[in-house]
Amino acid sequence: MKFAVPVFPGSNCDYDMVNALRDILKMEADLVSADTTTLTGYDAVILPGGFSYGDYLRSGAIARFAPVMTAVKAFAAAGKPVMGICNGFQILTEAGLLPGALQANRSSKFICKTSELIVKNNQTQFSSAYASQAHIQLPIAHGEGNYYCDDETLTTLQEHQQIVFEYVDNPNGSTANIAGVMNQAGNVLGMMPHPERAVEAILGSTDGLGIFQSLIAANKEVTHA
Amino acid sequence: MYLVKIYVTYKQSILDPKGEAVHDALHRLGYTNVDEVELGKYFEVKMHADKRPVATEVDEMCDQLLANVNMETYRYEITEMEAL
Repeated sequence: MKFAVPVFPGSNCDYDMVNALRDILKMEADLVSADTTTLTGYDAVILPGGFSYGDYLRSGAIARFAPVMTAVKAFAAAGKPVMGICNGFQILTEAGLLPGALQANRSSKFICKTSELIVKNNQTQFSSAYASQAHIQLPIAHGEGNYYCDDETLTTLQEHQQIVFEYVDNPNGSTANIAGVMNQAGNVLGMMPHPERAVEAILGSTDGLGIFQSLIAANKEVTHA
Repeated sequence: MYLVKIYVTYKQSILDPKGEAVHDALHRLGYTNVDEVELGKYFEVKMHADKRPVATEVDEMCDQLLANVNMETYRYEITEMEAL
C-alpha cells in the first residue's frame, strides 16, 4: 500500500508521519508537494499536522486552496481513504470534506499532553484493529482543537456512527467530546490526536498503530490506480 | 474604486476564549464596567467593479474564505471611492 503525505508550507508532522509509515509499518510513503495536481498511483492520503501557511486567517483556511487539495477532493470522491491529523483535520473541515469546524481551545491555551480516547466506532477502515469502546492513549498538541458543529450536524454524525474517537476527559471543549470524525461514506477521517506519535514504545505509547494497521488491512487488496 | 470594510465575528453560540481573555485583562486594568468583549477580524478590501455587482462578489469572498460560516458571521460596508 502506497501513501501520499502532502506537505504544505508550515507542515511539521510530515516526517513523523512518513517515518511511522515507512520504518514502523513498512509501507511505501512519499512526501508530496502542496503544488501537486495528481495523486495517481497512491492508495491513501494522509494530511499531516503543523501550521500550514502560518495558520493565517484560520487554521487550514489557506491550505484548502493549495493545488493538491483539488486532487485530494477527487481522491476522496473516488472513495479512496483520506486521513487528516491535527492541522490535516482542520484542513479537511475547511475544505468541506468533513462537517464542522475546529475553534480555539476553551482554555485558550495550547495543549500538549497525552489524552485518553475511546474508540467509539470500530466498524471503520480506520479503527477495525481496536476493540469496541477500547481506551487508547494518544498525544494531542493543538491550540485550536475544539471541535464544533451545530445540533443538527451532531445528530447526523451520531445517527451515521461518524464519531470514531471521543475524549475521555474532554481537554479542549469539543462538542460531544469528539476527537475524530469521518464522513458518511466512511473514507475520510479527521482527528486532532496524533497516532503517528504513538507507534513505538520509546515514544510512550504504541496505541496509534491500530489506526494504520486498520487502514492497511482494509486496503491490502487494492491495486495502484 | 470601492472600499469594502468587512467584519467577521463568532456566532452567538460559539465560545470566544480570546475575547474572554481580553475581557478579563480589561478588568485587571480596572475597567470593571466592561461587560463583554467580542474579538473578531476586520478586513479592508479595495476593489474595482467588474462584470458582477461588488456586493455579490464580497458575499462570495466571505462565504468561501474570509469567514468560516460554520462558526462565524460577517457583515460589510461598501463605500465608493475616487479612483486612485
